[in-house]
Amino acid sequence: MIPLPFYLTLAAALFCIGLYGALARRNAIAILMGIELMLNAVNINLIAFWRYVKPAAPTMDLAGQIFALFVITLAAAEAAIGIALIIAIYRSRDTVNVEEVDLMKW
Amino acid sequence: MSLSVPDLNFRVIAPALIVALTALIVLLAELVTPAPRKRWLGVLGLIGLLIAAGATVGLWGAPASAFGGMVVADNFGLFLTLVILLGAALSILLALDFVRAHRVDQGEYYVLVLFAVVGMILMATATDLIVIFLALELLSLPLYILAAFKRADARSLEAGLKYFLLGAFSSAFFLYGIAFIFGGTGTTNLMKIADALAKNPRNDLLLVGAGLLLVGFAFKVALVPFHWWTPDVYDGAPTAVTAFMSVGVKAAAFGAFFRAFLVALPAFAFDWRIVLAALAVLTMTLGNVAALLQSNVKRMLAYSSIAHAGYILIALVAMGASGLSSALFYLLAYTLTNLGAFGAVIALSDGERERLEIRDWGGAARQYPFIAAMFAIFMLSLAGFPPLAGFTGKFLIFSAAVETGWAWLAVIGVLNSLVSAYFYLRPIVQMYMSEPVPGWDRIRVAPLVALALVLALIGVIALGLYPTPAIVMATGGFLR
Repeated sequence: MIPLPFYLTLAAALFCIGLYGALARRNAIAILMGIELMLNAVNINLIAFWRYVKPAAPTMDLAGQIFALFVITLAAAEAAIGIALIIAIYRSRDTVNVEEVDLMKW
Repeated sequence: MSLSVPDLNFRVIAPALIVALTALIVLLAELVTPAPRKRWLGVLGLIGLLIAAGATVGLWGAPASAFGGMVVADNFGLFLTLVILLGAALSILLALDFVRAHRVDQGEYYVLVLFAVVGMILMATATDLIVIFLALELLSLPLYILAAFKRADARSLEAGLKYFLLGAFSSAFFLYGIAFIFGGTGTTNLMKIADALAKNPRNDLLLVGAGLLLVGFAFKVALVPFHWWTPDVYDGAPTAVTAFMSVGVKAAAFGAFFRAFLVALPAFAFDWRIVLAALAVLTMTLGNVAALLQSNVKRMLAYSSIAHAGYILIALVAMGASGLSSALFYLLAYTLTNLGAFGAVIALSDGERERLEIRDWGGAARQYPFIAAMFAIFMLSLAGFPPLAGFTGKFLIFSAAVETGWAWLAVIGVLNSLVSAYFYLRPIVQMYMSEPVPGWDRIRVAPLVALALVLALIGVIALGLYPTPAIVMATGGFLR
């Protein structure tokens, strides 16, 4: 069996890639993709912890799995709203670059 | 393998259920409501909020938990539920004429407000990190849309996009923190986390998790250095939405913040109290100093709300019963006062034009003596002048801090209140001492907005002069 730290490292790397994408990219859709990566890193963490922390009775307590399902659902809902907002911005401003969406100072 | 049926005690979540049901009814009624009568949907929403408040009062004093300890109805949660319902009701009153003036008179507005209220109530009463996260999203998603609700206005769209990107970004941190806490303890239930910590106090995974959770909460309640989205979002969003989210999100997020740290992590209190004290100092100081520099009323109120988050954080650092009750009282006082302040901005606007710059407020006292007087009182209450609600709230928080040995934090808080008096007094001086600005004539104030202002004013003065009943109610505490 692959040891737990391998999964955690993978998740941490994925989270950092997503974090970098969310901070460094200027395209609103790319930022959204970075955030999705961060959420998927959390899912890996949740499932790995669920499998390893209580290995005696993984079928009795499904909290980790259920939580990951909730996160997937919420990521979908979030993406729907985010893309709707980005389309609305694109229609009014003809850009999805967050640096050009700057009517108000940061 | 045996399956146990969880205790489905629907009575405990009755307030949230009633609001959710109202939202669904309003959503259906919107289909058959002709355009000129959309405001009746808002009235329908108000009735739902009143019934939910009745249900909340009915649950008072008999703490109970439901759904296998995922949600509780303890006096802490119920008090916050009442604060949230009050804030939502007042902001719907403010919105009824506002949405018409801004030509966004759609039933969906009230539906989104009501769904956000469901999320807020659940967040204030949840005792499981999964439910806290779901409730956080349930309150955030409608607010992203509400911030961008005025689609014809590029600033409103921009506010919605910024709020969405930073909100989604912060929920990822929040979730990552929950995942580590789950890994460290094998549970997401706050009480069970505390039990696991009691057995095994050295828990590195949980420490990482708590840190990430703190970042998530800090984004949501706008603590420095995670505050930079606040001024833009509060400035760009339609004013009625700003009024709602400045009070509702704070009440709900601080509710979950207090519960998570005081119920699940008291074993680490020595560590996080120092971190939170530092955050409180930063938040108060930067919030107030930045507010000094603003010429836009909505941005000023945004920085002021950041500073107030700092004051409330002092109550969390103080811990204990007095810290808890002072935070609850402060949130109630802040809700009434802030809604009043934003309400005055709405009342003095002319159609879609709003007096956003402080210099536009010149001579407003001559044109609108009553609204100006009420706005002045709300500003004084935010600054903490006696005998208003804001003063009592600050007094309770600072005395809770002194009681528990954090006198230096209270001193910094008092100094900050002194600084804040300057920018709170500036619009008052402008209103009373300057000549009316050309282009701003006296127009009729919408009666419902005036009603909301008067209700908030009664609350602010009553809480200042006779705070005892509210303080007694606020001392309920958690169900453990």
